[in-house]
Amino acid sequence: MSWTWFHRFGSPPYFYRFAGRWAPWFLGISIVLLLIGLYGGLVTAPVDYFQSEVYRIIYVHVPSSHLALLSYTWMALAAAIGLIWRIKVCHAIAAACAPAGASFTALSLVTGMIWGQPTWGTWWTWDPRLISQLFVLFFFLGYMALRGSIEDRDRADRASAVLAIVGVVNIPIVKYSVIWWNSLHQPATLIREGGPGMPIEMLWPLLVMLAAFTFYFLAIMLMRARVEVLRRERSGTWLREELARTA
Amino acid sequence: MNSRPSALAAAVAVLERDLVLAARRPGEWLQPLGFFVLVTVLFPLALDPEPSRLRELAPVALWISLLLASLLALEFLFREDARDGTLEQFALSGQSFTALLLAKTATHWILTGLPMVLAGPFAVLALGAPAKAVPGVLLAVLLGSVTLSLIGAIGAGLTLGTRRGGALLSLLVLPLVMPVLVFGARATARAIAGDELADAILLLGALGVLSLTLAPLAAAAAVRISME
Repeated sequence: MSWTWFHRFGSPPYFYRFAGRWAPWFLGISIVLLLIGLYGGLVTAPVDYFQSEVYRIIYVHVPSSHLALLSYTWMALAAAIGLIWRIKVCHAIAAACAPAGASFTALSLVTGMIWGQPTWGTWWTWDPRLISQLFVLFFFLGYMALRGSIEDRDRADRASAVLAIVGVVNIPIVKYSVIWWNSLHQPATLIREGGPGMPIEMLWPLLVMLAAFTFYFLAIMLMRARVEVLRRERSGTWLREELARTA
Repeated sequence: MNSRPSALAAAVAVLERDLVLAARRPGEWLQPLGFFVLVTVLFPLALDPEPSRLRELAPVALWISLLLASLLALEFLFREDARDGTLEQFALSGQSFTALLLAKTATHWILTGLPMVLAGPFAVLALGAPAKAVPGVLLAVLLGSVTLSLIGAIGAGLTLGTRRGGALLSLLVLPLVMPVLVFGARATARAIAGDELADAILLLGALGVLSLTLAPLAAAAAVRISME
């Protein structure tokens, strides 16, 4: 199998066109899935025996927590590829992942707090899962702060890439914090031995919401990366031709 | 033919050079120790100095002070040598850049970390811990401060080229060293209570070994990028 298809993504014009073509599609898919998932989660899913209606926040909380870690992993992966093979587009992608990831992490924390208030009786508790998720947020903020404080773009790219790679150690800590420590937070319900721990009527909207959030992330990430490429390549001749062609 | 000294000899030379430099300017590396003692003293001032509560507070005061003092000390790690071009000479010397920077980090730990390690047991004794806690506390602080220096070197390298280094350095390093704080404070609390502390010490040791293996590589990459 040839690897040339992969290398094409390293070229800013190709990526710019690719992102411009696919981002609206991903956004559209995400909106459709979001509507289906919300209808399933808020209307057709049965009421939980223990938590009554409150549990329905799961349809926002779990996907955003999942996407927080996923976008961090994406960011670190893109940063590593950019650092090792010196592909500038990958640095643009990593830069685009950070604000989206920070927002998902914040959303995950906020929905978790709203869920915790009626079920645990407190907004916040110093629980390993919560603290480690909070540190993921700080990590995203640190990444963006480092990127912002170095003026030379190439150096900012590579310094923040090192930080992103080093920060990957946090991901397993967050993921397994509920297992390693006695946590108030419940362990994973979806992926566990013996299949998912919830009935299918509750499960399918969650899976749809997960897919919707993932497509949303892809769309936002591509759009942001596209703007990032625009900013970086603003003196490139291909860009002038491209803009003249599409205008 | 090849007259270049070995990586170890070069690292030892860097270590000696840094120690000589530090001996001629004792003010600089004594600052973090002074800061450490001062912050530790602030805790009982702010809290009701009742012996039982102070003893409970001792691990917290020790580790927060240690963390803040090592962050403060990190500012001195590469800054001078980056400014006068020594780091560039290191990079051009043909020696392993990682080994030379590890030697610098080791010297830095000897100058700023070791005094705090030795002061640590006194700090907890002053806060009312029993004398039998001293070996456990010493071991925990020793392992913890080594890890702090090694991980901190990455942050120091990354912020080398930035204008407002201090606050950014804390933002980058603190999330990374969170496990050191957790297990260090846990080991210290157990040592003071006279409980079994092997698991916390083992985890601290594991963190130390992990950072000794990987952090110097990341720190060297960070410094290299910052120098460009």
